Amino acid sequence: MKLRLLFLLSMCWSVSAQVTFDRILHADREPWNWLTYSGTMLSQRFTQLNQITPANVGNLELRWVWQARSLEKFEATPLVVDGVMYTVQAPNDVVALDAATGRVFWAWSYIPSQEARVCCGRVNRGLAILGDTLFMGTIDAHLIALDAKNGKPLWDKKIGRPEAGYSLTHAPLIVRDKVIVGVAGGEYGIRGLIAAYDVKNGAEAWRFNTIPGPDEPGHETWQNDAWKTGGGSIWVTGSYDPDLNLTYWGIGNPGPDWNGDSRPGDNLYTDSVVALDADTGKLKWQYQFSPHDEFDYDSVEIPVLADVEWQGKPLKAMYWANRNGLFYVIDRATGKFLSGKPFVEVNWMKGFDEKGRPMRVPGKVPSNQGTLIYPGNQGGTNWYSPSYSPRTGLFYISTWAGYSSLYVKRVDEYKEGNQYGGGTPRSPVPFSRSAQNYRKEDEGFGAVRAIDPQTGERKWEFRMSDITEAGILTTATDLLFSGGREGYFYALDARSGSLLWKANLGGAISAGPMSYSVGGRQYVAISAGNSLFTFALRP
Amino acid sequence: MVGVFVLIAGSVLAQHSFTPGDVEDGERLYLANCAVCHAPDGNMVPGADLAHGRFRHTSTDAGLVETILKGIPGTAMPPHNLPEFRAMTIVAFLRSIAETSGNATATGDAAKGRTIFEGKGNCRNCHRVGGSGSRVGPDLSEIGATRRAAEIDRSLVDPDAEVLPQNRYVRLVGKDGAVVMGRLLNQDAFTVQLIDTKERLLSLNRSDFKEFAFVAKSPMPSYQEKLSPEERADLVSYLVSLKGVVRQ
Repeated sequence: MKLRLLFLLSMCWSVSAQVTFDRILHADREPWNWLTYSGTMLSQRFTQLNQITPANVGNLELRWVWQARSLEKFEATPLVVDGVMYTVQAPNDVVALDAATGRVFWAWSYIPSQEARVCCGRVNRGLAILGDTLFMGTIDAHLIALDAKNGKPLWDKKIGRPEAGYSLTHAPLIVRDKVIVGVAGGEYGIRGLIAAYDVKNGAEAWRFNTIPGPDEPGHETWQNDAWKTGGGSIWVTGSYDPDLNLTYWGIGNPGPDWNGDSRPGDNLYTDSVVALDADTGKLKWQYQFSPHDEFDYDSVEIPVLADVEWQGKPLKAMYWANRNGLFYVIDRATGKFLSGKPFVEVNWMKGFDEKGRPMRVPGKVPSNQGTLIYPGNQGGTNWYSPSYSPRTGLFYISTWAGYSSLYVKRVDEYKEGNQYGGGTPRSPVPFSRSAQNYRKEDEGFGAVRAIDPQTGERKWEFRMSDITEAGILTTATDLLFSGGREGYFYALDARSGSLLWKANLGGAISAGPMSYSVGGRQYVAISAGNSLFTFALRP
Repeated sequence: MVGVFVLIAGSVLAQHSFTPGDVEDGERLYLANCAVCHAPDGNMVPGADLAHGRFRHTSTDAGLVETILKGIPGTAMPPHNLPEFRAMTIVAFLRSIAETSGNATATGDAAKGRTIFEGKGNCRNCHRVGGSGSRVGPDLSEIGATRRAAEIDRSLVDPDAEVLPQNRYVRLVGKDGAVVMGRLLNQDAFTVQLIDTKERLLSLNRSDFKEFAFVAKSPMPSYQEKLSPEERADLVSYLVSLKGVVRQ
């Protein structure tokens, strides 16, 4: 017995090694862990774990629940490192739990400044880890490093002024010895940035202004002083290609959101993806999805990287389901636009020119009377993590289908700390649903849609009654996990979209599922309402 | 789809560009935050008649939003901790009721109206007030706290003019051909909850049914010919007086 205990302890010791960057780079080799927000640097939200299959998924049962003491939306994806789970209780409390039982090892509480202001919820989407250090951005725009063993703070760096609307809501990205974050606040007329900090002490290593200043390329796409309040926020985690040493980030809307009269021009790098040298932050290339946006079509979605064959040749691809309703394929080495196809109803554009620039439909702009635009203000999709399965070759998107908004513009004066929207999009979908769902037909509906990236064609659809803010996980056994505002967490056949299993978790799902393994048992975790739920097969 | 949307927005909300979703959000916020002082009809505060677009301090959308958010110093109007876009939905609601109020007010005799409700009108065959009557239609015990006189009057004359989402009837046809009808209470991707014509609470699996459709025509008859204008005014006054349980 003693020998066995010693053996088990030694096993724990050996697997509890520090999380080196090499481990993060090759996270797919240790699928029992979940080391980054999207699982791996490619951000496919795909797990190699294969214990749960289409044949046995019906035997999934609840293993444990952790109830957060927070009424904010639970948007975080947890990390799991060698049996320890780390997650965030909104807005910015960090918790370490036993990933097999849900028992808490430690909890660290953070009280954000009263000056913090966020447009859309006091939320946090997760942590990053390197070595024995956890990293978290806060809604009052601090980047904080914590000791992963006990939750003690190691350093605290102020990134922006919360009173001016700057905040951090996404999980940081680790690249070697740097922790990379971007600021949110696109509804407050911020000037956005992506910056890298020394993991040891928070010293700034480089900074990329998402709204270029007078001495920076791209500034010519702004006029007058509009760039100073140009927006360009970040609120989901970027990706990294180690071969190219490029880190990719999607950038948010220009400010003011719904009235572009005060900011003529394309307004780079809003609504763009940028590829930055991970060592210097220098721009390698950029592609703008929605030039001179007036629909709040933030390009703050997950950059999904995949090495595939494209028209008979190998391609380092970037797949991108954009809030503007289009699914894109981009050469991530060069930034070349390869294709763009609608995955929901789209009426603001009618195709692309030879350079991949969208061709606008005349008259489809916000107006004083209101202009009906598809997709609506929350987009055809949004920050909800998509998934790419290298097995099926399909890209999976949480969509708001048949959804529109009436865009009404007005003139706003910029006042620091006030919302700077320039209008009001009118949505048929209530901001919050009452306990009963009386959904009306003009609201549209939520759906998981499977897209063939090679053609942009839809392979299948799983339709919900209400809309969805849930991310998607796919597995090496061709399962797909997702959910929606109705509170169902479900498993689909990733090849056909047919429903294989479901559980009613009682609260809206506004997070991405993830999977890990402890003691030889595969778990699937998801947040719903104010709690974190884990499922595993019945023993 | 586009055409349908514009038609709805255009007919219900006239020249205003708010959507039904905005108005629904705004109504919920108004009833939760504002109606206690302003009343559902918006006419309880002297000098302000929100249902007819008459405001004391400002009348622009932006000005109303600012008033809601910051309050009016020196008056009973407090500031409200709401995001600006949510305050705007309250304005959307106020604009919509100004648009639909017309001149109808509760000027009849509520006591006579009650007699009509319980007698000639046969209203209790479908509706319920204070524990008496049928549950098949909407319970009207608090109708005066949530709907305005003009809306109630319009529902009596033209029941199909505006059926609130929570009052819609559905018709389901089972795979065996059996028909179930009732008022929709809730729904999700897999199930439907309703109260049927026998007042049974039913929760049904969508997969058991081959058809699910909303009933286009409201089961409620028009009272335009059934009641005289005076009787209708009495009935409206009675319904406006129904404010639910008075909390001590």
